[in-house]
Amino acid sequence: MTTVGTRAAAVEPGAAPADGGGTALELRSVTKRFGDVVAVDELSLAVPSGTFFALLGPSGCGKTTTLRMVAGLERPSAGTVCLAGRDVTGAPAHRRPVNTVFQSYALFPHLSVLENVAFGLRRRRARDVRARALEALELVELAHLAQRRPSQLSGGQQQRVALARAVVNRPALLLLDEPLGALDLRLRRQMQVELKAIQAEVGITFVHVTHDQEEAMTMADTVAVMNHGRIEQLGGPADLYEHPRTAFVANFLGQSNLVRGTVVETLDGGRTLGVDVGGARVRVPAHRSVPGARHVLVGVRPEKVRLVAAGDDARGGDNELGPGTVVDTSFAGVSTQYQVRVEGLGTFGVFAQNLGGGSVHAPGSVVRLAWDVPHTFALDGHQEVGAGTLGPGDEP
Amino acid sequence: MSRVRPGAAVVPAFAALGFVFLLVPIAYTVLFSFNDGGKTNLVWRGFTLDAWRNPCGAPRVCSALVGSLQVGLLATLVATALGTLLAVALVRARFRGRGAVNLLVLLPMTTPEVVLGAALVSQFLSLRVPLGFGTVVVAHVMFCLSFVVVAVKARVATLDPALEQAAADLYASPWQTFWRVTFPLLLPGIGAAALLAFSLSFDDFIVTNFTSGGFETFPKFVYVSATRGIPPQANVISSAMFVLALLVVVLVRVASRARRRR
Amino acid sequence: MSVVAALGGPEQAGTEAASPQAAGAGRGARRLLAPGVLYLVVFFVLPVGVLLATSFYARVPGGELGEYTPALRWQNYPEALAQFAPQLARSFGFAAVATVAALLVGYPMAYVIAVRARGRPGLQGLLVVLVVAPFFTSFILRTVAWKQILADQGEVVGALRWLHVLPPDGRLSAAPAAVVIGLTYSFLPFMVLPLFASLERLDPRLLEAGTDLYATPLTTFRTVTLPLSAPGVVAGTLLTFIPAVGDYVNSSLLGNNTTTTMIGQVIDQRFFRTVDYPTAAVLSVVLMVAILTLVSLYVRRAGTEELV
Repeated sequence: MTTVGTRAAAVEPGAAPADGGGTALELRSVTKRFGDVVAVDELSLAVPSGTFFALLGPSGCGKTTTLRMVAGLERPSAGTVCLAGRDVTGAPAHRRPVNTVFQSYALFPHLSVLENVAFGLRRRRARDVRARALEALELVELAHLAQRRPSQLSGGQQQRVALARAVVNRPALLLLDEPLGALDLRLRRQMQVELKAIQAEVGITFVHVTHDQEEAMTMADTVAVMNHGRIEQLGGPADLYEHPRTAFVANFLGQSNLVRGTVVETLDGGRTLGVDVGGARVRVPAHRSVPGARHVLVGVRPEKVRLVAAGDDARGGDNELGPGTVVDTSFAGVSTQYQVRVEGLGTFGVFAQNLGGGSVHAPGSVVRLAWDVPHTFALDGHQEVGAGTLGPGDEP
Repeated sequence: MSRVRPGAAVVPAFAALGFVFLLVPIAYTVLFSFNDGGKTNLVWRGFTLDAWRNPCGAPRVCSALVGSLQVGLLATLVATALGTLLAVALVRARFRGRGAVNLLVLLPMTTPEVVLGAALVSQFLSLRVPLGFGTVVVAHVMFCLSFVVVAVKARVATLDPALEQAAADLYASPWQTFWRVTFPLLLPGIGAAALLAFSLSFDDFIVTNFTSGGFETFPKFVYVSATRGIPPQANVISSAMFVLALLVVVLVRVASRARRRR
Repeated sequence: MSVVAALGGPEQAGTEAASPQAAGAGRGARRLLAPGVLYLVVFFVLPVGVLLATSFYARVPGGELGEYTPALRWQNYPEALAQFAPQLARSFGFAAVATVAALLVGYPMAYVIAVRARGRPGLQGLLVVLVVAPFFTSFILRTVAWKQILADQGEVVGALRWLHVLPPDGRLSAAPAAVVIGLTYSFLPFMVLPLFASLERLDPRLLEAGTDLYATPLTTFRTVTLPLSAPGVVAGTLLTFIPAVGDYVNSSLLGNNTTTTMIGQVIDQRFFRTVDYPTAAVLSVVLMVAILTLVSLYVRRAGTEELV
């Protein structure tokens, strides 16, 4: 990250459509079936050129299959794949202007680092193969290890070689299949920042597949949340977080408190809905609510909720639920995380920032929950409250 | 990929030809066990079950078979025991001269059978050891040993040393560790090595020819009779062994699959 | 020792690294090693020594047939070589051709079993059983079967004559071709099995990475599959070539007694027909030394490409 100058030098102008405007990738009603199993179900999406796009979802949601169909390693059962406006559905992998950073890196063990990076250039009979491969290695700051074998590198270094091997070809689209999955947490955080920087620098469109919501949100311009072979919601990270449209997205991206409620009135000339939640009245901004539904899931993010001690008064105009009992208090550095059980409604998570001076509520304390009305959202009520949360057997 | 690439069909076609090449002679040996061939059994003369009804009908064929089975079982037993010990030591222990022992084990594999046979018979003649059953067993153990070591070593290498350390941690003596942990885990590899040793010994001709004197094994019987005509009974015995071996292999596979599924 | 690595398989390299029981394992190891090592010394090293000594023995003047006396008669070597150089050269030639043929026939078989049948354990198991099936029937009977298949009046020769591959009076039996076919056939499983083992370890994602990086299927094979299966190629060719050089079952059952005689036949005859132990010993020693030299040159050459 220190030598931005050399990196800029490594970038060839005009090799990839970095200037935005066009569509790098378009999937139209793509379906993939394995026997009776539908892995990808009529999926359509468009990725603008030069952006960092993330496909986010739990394992088995079809995101890797989607990526492999784009790479040409898997053929769709139906639908079309277009790269830069050209239909490549029937083209084999080696004729597509697409490169992949594989999950396990798939570096050739019998070739040196340099020859791994040069592999694609040699196949296309490019000129200045050695120089360009070295440049790409400089981009990932590994030029000094060019003569080593992949097995002599650490996991993080192998990851960079895999990236260089893909980037050097200036593909129209670069696919990353859980590329950071094998790295430890600290290295992963570091590589997230670096990948993002390299993407911005070379201007190639990146499509990144991951099950790590934090990874997707920190890196991508646009995130598509996938579940059961379909896209649940697509948008910018902040937009997805603030305006989840399904219980799955609300729970999979960060955490949410969801409770069932019934819309009973409209207020403020239709700009606010009044929702009955277990006998209490909660207000929801109409633009943050699913239109026309009577049964809804009322949601609020844990960090938006304040705990109000039994004796204190909440601010007027806030939504309020309770009283409830604190059942768990855990100190997590920047915040204190509470679990509060409210009779008849369930358990709520509350993240209180540690600003100093605030009182800590010990387990057993009786509190009320309060939050600003604009932070409330309402989803269609015909969904599981727990959709998208982790079961005990799921990966973190 | 569902799209048919030209290479996709060509390679399996070549492979299929290879399998045909490999299997046609086996079909011939089985087919000719049903030949009404009389003495020479080289040309197809008509179908009969005579030889199958009376597999020991030709002179010496069954005594040769018994000889081969005796040699094979004994040689397998000794070679498997010695080879397993060698393999465990070679993989697990660091000692000086390990490279030399590795070389000693592999040299018999890089030596053609004629040379092994000639060397052994020179030794036996110079020590005035009469050639016969004993010398054949000694010779077979020698060349089976290397194959057993290689096969068992591959299995030992897949064993996690932590398992043996865990056994030691749980108060097992080295002896108990070997018999309670190492040996059961190696058993499939040892079994495979033993089968390999048996099939090598049972089918060996060249070394046997050098070291057997008047003693006759099944391959030697067939080779000697080849000049005058192999009786169809030899084909019967060979075919029966083939079917038996296939059954064993299939049963082992089915059993190991069933166990894995459980 | 590179020959060891080539024949001993890949496990060698992996386990070479660290063994926690290094210290203190020495005495136990010696006890495990002793019986096997002793056996190999007594029944392999010593016999080869006796063979070497025998190769210098001299005939007892006026003695009986087969009577020799210990001596250092080095002339045995040039004499035997002058007489049997053609058979020796032919053995290496036939074995080399048979090895290349076995590689060409065996590679597609191993590839199909390991790569195309990957993920279908039932099919894979069946094909492996087919490859080892020849081991379950008599080697000699299978060789005799080739004599029947390649007979002058058989279908194979008839078809080849009809196709004008063979002239109308051409034959395959009792000819060099028959011996080479027999040798190829005899040791084909020894070629397929190591090839299969090394191709099976090949990570399919490496093939995908090849196609992802613009390599056609053929280029992927040339630049990824083939180099990564090199250890299998080395092991397979050695396991085919070595027994083929010394074999005499094929040449005596499928050949004639003039243009197909291989060195194994000569050694056997010298030992048991003419009772000429020194010549047989000379030829055995020469055969062994020649093979060891060739093998170590071959393995070293293959080794310079740094097999993984």
